[in-house]
Amino acid sequence: MTGNTLLSVEDVIVDLPTPRGNLRAVDRVDLTVGTGRTLGIVGESGCGKTMLSRAVLQLLPKKAKLSGRVMFDGQDLLQLPPEKLRKLRGRSLAVVFQDPMTSLNPVLTIGTQLIETLQEHLELDDATAKKRSVELLAAVGIPAPEQRLAQYPHQLSGGMRQRVAIAIALSCEPKLLIADEPTTALDVTIQAQILDLLAREQRRRHMAMIIITHDLGVVAGRTDEVAVMYAGRVVERAPTPALFKRMRMPYTEALLAALPKLDAAPHTPLPAISGRPPDPTRPLQGCSFSPRCRYAVARCQSEKPPLEAAETSAHQFACFHPIETHADANA
Amino acid sequence: MMLQSAPSVSSEALLDVDNLVVEYPVGAKIVHAVSGVSLQIARGETLGLVGESGCGKSTLGRAVLQLRRPTAGRVLFDGQDLTAMQGDALRLMRRRVQLIFQDPIASLNPRRKIGDIVAEPLVIAGVKDPEKRKQLVHEVLTAVGLDPTLVVGRLPHEFSGGQCQRICIARALILNPEFIVCDEPVSALDVSIRAQILNLLEEMKGRFGLTLLFIAHDLAVVKAVSDRVAVMYLGRLCEVGPSEQLFARPAHPYTALLIEAIPVPDPDVRPTETVPVGEPPSPIAPPSGCRFRTRCPRADQRCSDEMPELRAVAPGQFVACHHPLI
Repeated sequence: MTGNTLLSVEDVIVDLPTPRGNLRAVDRVDLTVGTGRTLGIVGESGCGKTMLSRAVLQLLPKKAKLSGRVMFDGQDLLQLPPEKLRKLRGRSLAVVFQDPMTSLNPVLTIGTQLIETLQEHLELDDATAKKRSVELLAAVGIPAPEQRLAQYPHQLSGGMRQRVAIAIALSCEPKLLIADEPTTALDVTIQAQILDLLAREQRRRHMAMIIITHDLGVVAGRTDEVAVMYAGRVVERAPTPALFKRMRMPYTEALLAALPKLDAAPHTPLPAISGRPPDPTRPLQGCSFSPRCRYAVARCQSEKPPLEAAETSAHQFACFHPIETHADANA
Repeated sequence: MMLQSAPSVSSEALLDVDNLVVEYPVGAKIVHAVSGVSLQIARGETLGLVGESGCGKSTLGRAVLQLRRPTAGRVLFDGQDLTAMQGDALRLMRRRVQLIFQDPIASLNPRRKIGDIVAEPLVIAGVKDPEKRKQLVHEVLTAVGLDPTLVVGRLPHEFSGGQCQRICIARALILNPEFIVCDEPVSALDVSIRAQILNLLEEMKGRFGLTLLFIAHDLAVVKAVSDRVAVMYLGRLCEVGPSEQLFARPAHPYTALLIEAIPVPDPDVRPTETVPVGEPPSPIAPPSGCRFRTRCPRADQRCSDEMPELRAVAPGQFVACHHPLI
């Protein structure tokens, strides 16, 4: 089922110097994505999920220090010269960001931005590029695509802008699409439409995808594998059905339990996670989640649990006291 | 017109909004933000107000508090018409009503210390004794789960989003209000923090005997705290009903669509992919008749000719639809 590995992230560390000291945004992360597969990366703000995706894209802030290896389609992106990297990004490695208003250029028309991308990477002539642009806009569900080419981003709604950003990302038939909180800025009905659109285009193009989100609901029905991040580390990683069937890491369980449930009666107190994530410039010696974890013991504070496989090699978690039986968070 | 108003569960309404209209000009055009909304909130009740961005829910919340003056309609708070009040009378009334905003960091003055921010309503209300103010600030900060001695001397940027929202809640509570409009109070917060703040709001509601208008776009969040839920679309109410009943048996196709669109954290529940394509039309030129008809699978000629009024479909449940689902 796994197929060929398209992307492999090996032992990646991202350090950011700050006035308060070094901030380890990503701490020894290993991940792989197979051709045509979907990986969900879940975590709260500041957990390092966006920095990890930027490390893959080689779009980190200038002062950031990156170590490890990022293999994409047989090439080590860290060793690639800037010119080759630039050709790769937008072509076979595309990205959709959270806020389509800031990822689109406000002073250029939709058409200019689409055609520019097509011509830069595919060397199409004007007429062909324009024709392709119209087709792409139609494919992402934009009504009257020809008229839209002449419009500016501010003339479109948030959902429409995100569709345009997706059209640009898909324009050169990428092998991997990274969608970084693609629907967080959108309304719930528009969110469903955009997620459906991404799923449909992915199937059609046999494209691999990484969906980065804080919402376990978004990854549940739409990914093959999920990696849960906390304080810069992957703390649990499993095929999606296995993860939701049997969560092993207390953080994942707590995150799911903290979501308001539609089938719970009103005024049911939510099992909140007490406290908040640790200061990333003051790393803890032990497990980063231990101060908030109800299962934590002395060992959790002194020793960092490695990310290790459980009964099946596919399900990994970083915990000394994994949850043994499936806590009925959904019941 | 009688059918349009949705009575509350209890006869004692603390807030009675009657046929409220809010319109404002944009250039030569008029935005119909709220078009004839009537609702009641009983004392001690939480009414959830859901809808997508641009549906007018925040405008409605502000118009209730007279932060934006309504174009037409009445807002009765404890029997007094807020829309008829001016100047001092309105200012005095505002002590009994408060507002909590979406972005907790932006709603705190970055240059003022937390102690001063939380004490400010007391200063405005004329509490002259600094010791008394200090004591009240300490009490309310403790109530929202912060340690006053560690907090009062610091600035907002030293706090996380969740802590800033606690500070905002403390500021809203310090004058002992009866009614609070919560405008998307948790949508800027992370999942683990969101649960803490929702629990805190519930706790404060019980402790201070509050009545809440809880505005949010997330149905699961609204359901978690609301006794009744009102669903709004493009300036009008589609459906009002007791939370559980409304979620179990939605009567309006739009309510059903909103429920269906929520991503469920269960991989066995496959996404439906049946959510109709399309977006709400512009409130500058809302559709004739039923405003949802352009996206509604059940719409027919009648829906474009005739505006549906809210009418009872089940005990306590009201729907504005010609072809309700129940």
